Amino acid sequence: MRAINRQPRSGVRLLLGALPFVLVAILYLTGSALRLADNPQDKLLPALSTFAATIDRMAFTPDGRTGEILWWVDTAASLARLVVALAISTLISLVIGVAIGLLPHVKALLGSFVGVVSMVPPLAILPILFIVLGLGEPSKITLIIIGLAPVMIRDLALRTEELPRQQLIKAQTLGASTFGIVQRVVLPQILPRLLDSLRLSLGPAWLFLIAAEAIASESGLGYRIFLVRRYLAMDVILPYVAWITLLAFLMDFGLQKLQNRLFPWFAAARAA
Amino acid sequence: MTTISIRNVWKEYDERVVLERINLEIESRAFVALVGPSGCGKTTFLRMLLSEESPTRGEILIDGKPIAGEPTAERGVVFQRYSVFPHLTVLGNVLLALEFEKGGCFARLFGTARRKAIEEARAMLDCVGLGGNEKKYPAQLSGGMQQRLALAQTLIRKPKVLLLDEPFGALDPGIRGDIHALMRRLWNEEELTVVMVTHDLSEAFGLATRVIAFERPRLDPVDGDRYGAVIKDDIEVWPRRIAGQPSPHRDETKSITAPGRDDPAQDQGQARDDLALPA
Repeated sequence: MRAINRQPRSGVRLLLGALPFVLVAILYLTGSALRLADNPQDKLLPALSTFAATIDRMAFTPDGRTGEILWWVDTAASLARLVVALAISTLISLVIGVAIGLLPHVKALLGSFVGVVSMVPPLAILPILFIVLGLGEPSKITLIIIGLAPVMIRDLALRTEELPRQQLIKAQTLGASTFGIVQRVVLPQILPRLLDSLRLSLGPAWLFLIAAEAIASESGLGYRIFLVRRYLAMDVILPYVAWITLLAFLMDFGLQKLQNRLFPWFAAARAA
Repeated sequence: MTTISIRNVWKEYDERVVLERINLEIESRAFVALVGPSGCGKTTFLRMLLSEESPTRGEILIDGKPIAGEPTAERGVVFQRYSVFPHLTVLGNVLLALEFEKGGCFARLFGTARRKAIEEARAMLDCVGLGGNEKKYPAQLSGGMQQRLALAQTLIRKPKVLLLDEPFGALDPGIRGDIHALMRRLWNEEELTVVMVTHDLSEAFGLATRVIAFERPRLDPVDGDRYGAVIKDDIEVWPRRIAGQPSPHRDETKSITAPGRDDPAQDQGQARDDLALPA
């Protein structure tokens, strides 16, 4: 039988899915054990017990100097920046994207401008943001927005243009105004696609967040990672990376569930 | 009373002439079928009736007045695909037509107005045989039921002209027979002038009062694009069907279930999606 026709049974499927994770874990534990046997002071691949101690120190014990629990302070700071930036990007891209996709005049006005702006490498203008907006929160949030919004605008404009022309004609023959079409035909069909766009933007959003925090910040997950890097504190860096991954994964998962919950028609309509 | 006049209409795209010298007078409550080979411009013609495109030359008048430059509620349409809104339930789709009409700027109805509209929408759904399916989404409906929904949604706005762009082309033969019966009934009951594009001749003669054939007459291999399609035949279906009067054709009150020659063989009474229409 051809490879394209072979289906794994459900038990095998589960096993195959778990295999890469198990392999990475085994590789790490072996490497760590070997290095620690060689040199008990080795910092590069800490043992699991070291991780446990570090996580306990970072996440469940108040910091000796400030009395704050650093893990949660960092998480709250990063998430606040991320959520604000995502919300603003979403709003901007929804308004401008739908307008470009639906209104020929707006497309003529902004289409190529957005196309060019989306090619500007956001990290290259980070210094400008720091100079103009200072080192506080606005510059970090702006960086994420500049990184996300143009791509999301283009995505939503394309999705809007992809709506069948017949639907827009049909709505007009039912006597709909432009505003009526936007509210009752376009927006309800674009919102589930917006959630898709948002899910794909989570990766870049974290990238820009951590980049901004690494350069100038006093708290945040990215700030902490780059701070302890000086001491080769892999026992802090690796749990932080795992935690960021988990947060990103949960956000992605949540958005997917939200899409299914809010737009039950979407999966079938997309398949049709 | 709704007449459509097409006066010397040409349609050209750049160097390519699609239609030329189209003259047509469509009387009130006629059912005109446009037939012709693929690419002969019959869909382009329908799009001009819809104001989705404008003629390069000539004019189109409804009741003696030039049609608006964009689609309006006086001309309803059912396409072959994408005629209903996938994000709304069956009831929501029909209701939307009323909400666009009466819902003002936000296209929404509330309270008594909404309840009245829902009642009206339900009656319309019963009329096209979709009663009991109000809560389903279009993706859960068969092709025939989706087209019934599209008809209901269009007709609830009481258009003067109904434009059909191969609306039944993608349906199974048995289902097509049922929906033809529905189409005949709607044409008889509503104040409609119908223009239908189809590539199915038996459908054209089975439904229409008049069949118009488009054809590109001059097949010039060098300069073929310089000549557009013209009206080749204009056939009055005989004996005459007259809207609102009993049909002179036999068996038309019943649905046609016999498959056409090229259709796959099928069981009688199977694959019919219509439970509400009398068989």
